[in-house]
Amino acid sequence: MADTAVLAEPPAPPEPVRRTLTTVLCLAFLVLSLVLAVRIGAGTGWAEIGRAVGGRLGVPVVPLSRLQDSLIWDLRVPRVLLAALVGAALAVCGAALQSVTRNSLADPYLLGVSSGASTGAVVVVVLGFGGSRLGVTGGALIGALVAFSVLMLLLRRTGLDSVRVVLTGVVVGQLFAALTSLILLSSGDADSIRAVTHWLLGSLASARWSSVAVCAVVLALGLLVVWLCSAALDGFAFGTDTAASLGVDVRTTRIVLLVTTSVLTAVAVAAVGAVGFVGLIVPHGVRFLVGPLHRRLLPLSAVVGAVFLVWTDAVTRVVFAPLEVPVGVFTALLGVPLFLLVLRRRGEL
Amino acid sequence: MRISAEHLDWGVPGKAIVRDVELVVEPGETVGLIGPNGSGKSSLLRCLAGLRTPVAGAVRWDGADAASLGPRDRALRLAFVEQTADTDSDLRVAEVVMLGRTAHRSRWRGPDAHDREVVAAALDRLDLADLADRPWKQLSGGERQRTHLARALAQETRALLLDEPTNHLDVRHQLELMELVSGTPQTVVVALHDLAQAARYCDRLVLLHRGALVAQGGATEVLTAPLLREVFEVDAEIGRDGLGHLAVGYREPAR
Repeated sequence: MADTAVLAEPPAPPEPVRRTLTTVLCLAFLVLSLVLAVRIGAGTGWAEIGRAVGGRLGVPVVPLSRLQDSLIWDLRVPRVLLAALVGAALAVCGAALQSVTRNSLADPYLLGVSSGASTGAVVVVVLGFGGSRLGVTGGALIGALVAFSVLMLLLRRTGLDSVRVVLTGVVVGQLFAALTSLILLSSGDADSIRAVTHWLLGSLASARWSSVAVCAVVLALGLLVVWLCSAALDGFAFGTDTAASLGVDVRTTRIVLLVTTSVLTAVAVAAVGAVGFVGLIVPHGVRFLVGPLHRRLLPLSAVVGAVFLVWTDAVTRVVFAPLEVPVGVFTALLGVPLFLLVLRRRGEL
Repeated sequence: MRISAEHLDWGVPGKAIVRDVELVVEPGETVGLIGPNGSGKSSLLRCLAGLRTPVAGAVRWDGADAASLGPRDRALRLAFVEQTADTDSDLRVAEVVMLGRTAHRSRWRGPDAHDREVVAAALDRLDLADLADRPWKQLSGGERQRTHLARALAQETRALLLDEPTNHLDVRHQLELMELVSGTPQTVVVALHDLAQAARYCDRLVLLHRGALVAQGGATEVLTAPLLREVFEVDAEIGRDGLGHLAVGYREPAR
């Protein structure tokens, strides 16, 4: 058949140099963003940040006053780090779920896990279950895991095909959303409703080192697991039978990915609430830049997601200061035009 | 690879789709699967490909029960091309063909030089080298079909199962594809609609009717007027065309 065909160049060889450069640039940009965001958020000079952070790293510096030190080290730094971790986690989950469900509208909240988290948070805040020991974060985490268990219970005898996963996820999400509304409307006072609404929209105001540590560990493990499924995620592009014929253990891989993305989402939502849009738009934007292969798409989505949320949070603080507006409100405001831009460039709009 | 079906039954609850099929495909043979719409060609192919677990009976590959093999083992032995496998993804032609290397790679590494060579060779064989960087959405139906076949070749298996691979192809590409399929040393089972094409390129034909195997053998044994009337419900006349190939002419349906 190739008799008459012009012998073509083989597909472009790997360019380790270019790839390393891209990686270094991305990470440098991420670190730069983190540092700048701490500076913007803290509203102090470089010297103070240097003294607070440097002191912790063993650099001999003149210590700050305890109040200033605590402001930077206990509030600003964890806030920026948590923004990065949550942004990365949501973007990775979005990228993976868009492939698993073969649905470009999929985002981390599609499976109803975040609705479960809300219900858990509301149960703790409004009904007072678990009291202060559990806290909003603990309640949200339990709620998310309950919702995920319900989802897997409903899916247990199926082949986990995309349509069924999406529909079941939507149903579970609706169930828990209804429960949340019911509890809020029946027994919430104005203050707790306000507090919960703030949390539901996604806010980084309550970031602490403990949640940074948990998120960091879960994200590292989750990203590794999802990345090791890269080939399978690529193979899902043409549906179940083709994926299986390529050597993908379709059902097992889907379970692994659903569990991993749900745990990632649960931890992210429990830490900061349901920050919207990051998980939907970041993977699309990154696909536009580097193509749909997951070996590249997943790590880069993590970096871009991190940078996106760090900057959105910083901008939100500056624009609305001194008001503390949930960052989730602003991700959507920023995300919609960006998303439209990507769609238009791809020729889909 | 020798592929056999032993008393193979498959179906969905309440409906038997493949009924008691007995079939042996010898190594290197090209077998054409023919039959009207809904006769169970695609389902039988999926069973033979190990993608469906038989309700009763078994599918054996070189004697081993296909159902007992893991997905990766299966993918190293047999490649399968669906009738219409489409995607929303922006994968490029070379990337789709590279999917065929999935089972050959470890989770930890990306494609290596050997994978790239195999992909380039597969692209060449299907006349796709110039389209290597073309995104899926910009391909015509025929180009997509050829990309899938290149992907299956890149899998480097000893058996190839194809579901109506000549759909969407223009005449030249149909002939080239059938030449390739019948010329490959791989064991091939191919579902086809064009009876004359099946007769010309396949070593043996298998005729399915309502999920059951009603005839198998050489083209002249299977393509007979009485059998075609019974299975396809058409009056046909079998003869030779000007080039000496077997040809099937159809009369108007009686009604």
